[in-house]
Amino acid sequence: MRNVVAVARREIRAYFDSPVAYIVLVSFLLVAGWMYFSTLFLLDRADMRPFFTPSPFSPAMLIVILAPAMTMRLIAEERKSGTIELLLTMPMRDGEIVLGKFLAALVLMVVGLTLTLAYPLTVAWLGDLDWGPVIGGYVGMVLFSASLLAIGVLCSSLTENQIVAFIVAFLFSAVLYYVYWLQFFVPTVLSPIVEFLSVSFHLDNLARGVIDSRDVLYYLSLTAAALLLATQALSRRHA
Amino acid sequence: MAESQVMVEARSLVKEYGTTRAVDDVSFQVSRGEIVGFLGPNGAGKSTTMKMLTGYLSPTSGSAFVGGIDVADDPIAAKRMVGYLPESAPLYDEMMVADFLHYVADVRAIDGAVRRQRLETICGRCGLNDVLGKNVGQLSKGFRQRVGLAQAMVHDPDLLILDEPTSGLDPNQIVEIRELIRELGREKTVILSTHILPEVQASCDRIIIISGGRLVADDTPDMLSGSGGAVIRVVVKGDVSPEAILSSIPGVSGVAAVGEESGGRAFRLRCAPGVDPREQIFQAAVSSGLVLIDLHRERVSLEDTFRLLTTNEGGSHA
Repeated sequence: MRNVVAVARREIRAYFDSPVAYIVLVSFLLVAGWMYFSTLFLLDRADMRPFFTPSPFSPAMLIVILAPAMTMRLIAEERKSGTIELLLTMPMRDGEIVLGKFLAALVLMVVGLTLTLAYPLTVAWLGDLDWGPVIGGYVGMVLFSASLLAIGVLCSSLTENQIVAFIVAFLFSAVLYYVYWLQFFVPTVLSPIVEFLSVSFHLDNLARGVIDSRDVLYYLSLTAAALLLATQALSRRHA
Repeated sequence: MAESQVMVEARSLVKEYGTTRAVDDVSFQVSRGEIVGFLGPNGAGKSTTMKMLTGYLSPTSGSAFVGGIDVADDPIAAKRMVGYLPESAPLYDEMMVADFLHYVADVRAIDGAVRRQRLETICGRCGLNDVLGKNVGQLSKGFRQRVGLAQAMVHDPDLLILDEPTSGLDPNQIVEIRELIRELGREKTVILSTHILPEVQASCDRIIIISGGRLVADDTPDMLSGSGGAVIRVVVKGDVSPEAILSSIPGVSGVAAVGEESGGRAFRLRCAPGVDPREQIFQAAVSSGLVLIDLHRERVSLEDTFRLLTTNEGGSHA
């Protein structure tokens, strides 16, 4: 645990020592705010659902882009610069390294999401806000980001090229995100499967304000699987 | 103390990358407190061997032991005992020197007063006090190397593995680092690699020469630089075949023709350790009708031994 924290702390510092953290935070505030408020006044309802509900143009889509961008350098850069040799000869388990790096990205993401609490507070001030779906929505957003960040860490562990890591992670995440809207094009038998596989479907469920263990488990298993594979990739240096 | 005196042991280490064998059946032992130099041409397998000792690479076959622990069995315990400076000192460029050393101390579980005192000693020893507030990326090559060394010493390890600690440094810096290593060697076991020959001669108790992935020599610098077997150079004239006569002389272990010289043919004779067969050579020449034009003992440098061992893939010495 100590090692996980040490690695995470270093990565969080690295985020804030570079423009990455500020770009992430600002885009959460500006882009996500714009995406949300541009429809809020049209709908004329004190409702946070549109903020969480995934659509091709929603804050969740922003995370599909930001998560790979935040994670692309985590392991790829260590490989490129050779510092991976220092990292892997320290008395740490490979899993602790992967977990530390993942947590650093998650912390930054959660900070970004926390800043957006300004929106529900504003809306609650403007009208009568139902906090149930807001809490469900935030829980969903955190789980959703965690799974995409884990996919990003996995892609970063497979290459020493950050651009490759970004593109692969983005494509992978985008497929999991957009496949939700593709269900209308697949045979009806397959439709529930496609739906279940999509990261959007589960976020949609949570954003309704119902925290269903199936949705939570989906995100947790996706996250765990990606992180385990990343650990494998890190140990495969032995090959 | 029940602790074993063998600090490092390599047991028939083999490392294959695809079809190439980077390290081929390398075995050796290093005792506690020894300073051992790894010598070898570039690409000989020095770094790969070191990486297997540190647990960064796992061997294709064979095993590496540090302090009696198999690195493959308990990598964490083995890594705790080792301080490692990888080749060309890869460091986090965007970190401040002080932050970086604290990070290493953090991972090495060194806290509080011990950490403060340890970092202070190390920074003093490595001469880092003036650059603690700088970013690693801004440092000169010499300072980077020192930060790399400091990083390897934070946890006061029993074993230091330094991959080319002086590469890319200017002569003054080389002397400084070499002195630092010699000082460290008083309390610790040090394995360092280099291709600078005077360096190993100056600082090592023992030299291991690796060539083409194989261990071709494992001896003290003195033995490898001459007293291990003299080289005698002779120039002879005559109709009889000199090779046969020269190689039949007791104490001569090898004969190599090195061309024509002042009207005769020149040969280099390698002798068994501790034997000086010059008298026998003279007598053999006289009795077989050879005319000796020149006969002298060559000063063998480590450089000669190195070249001999690493150019013909070990030859008869292996």
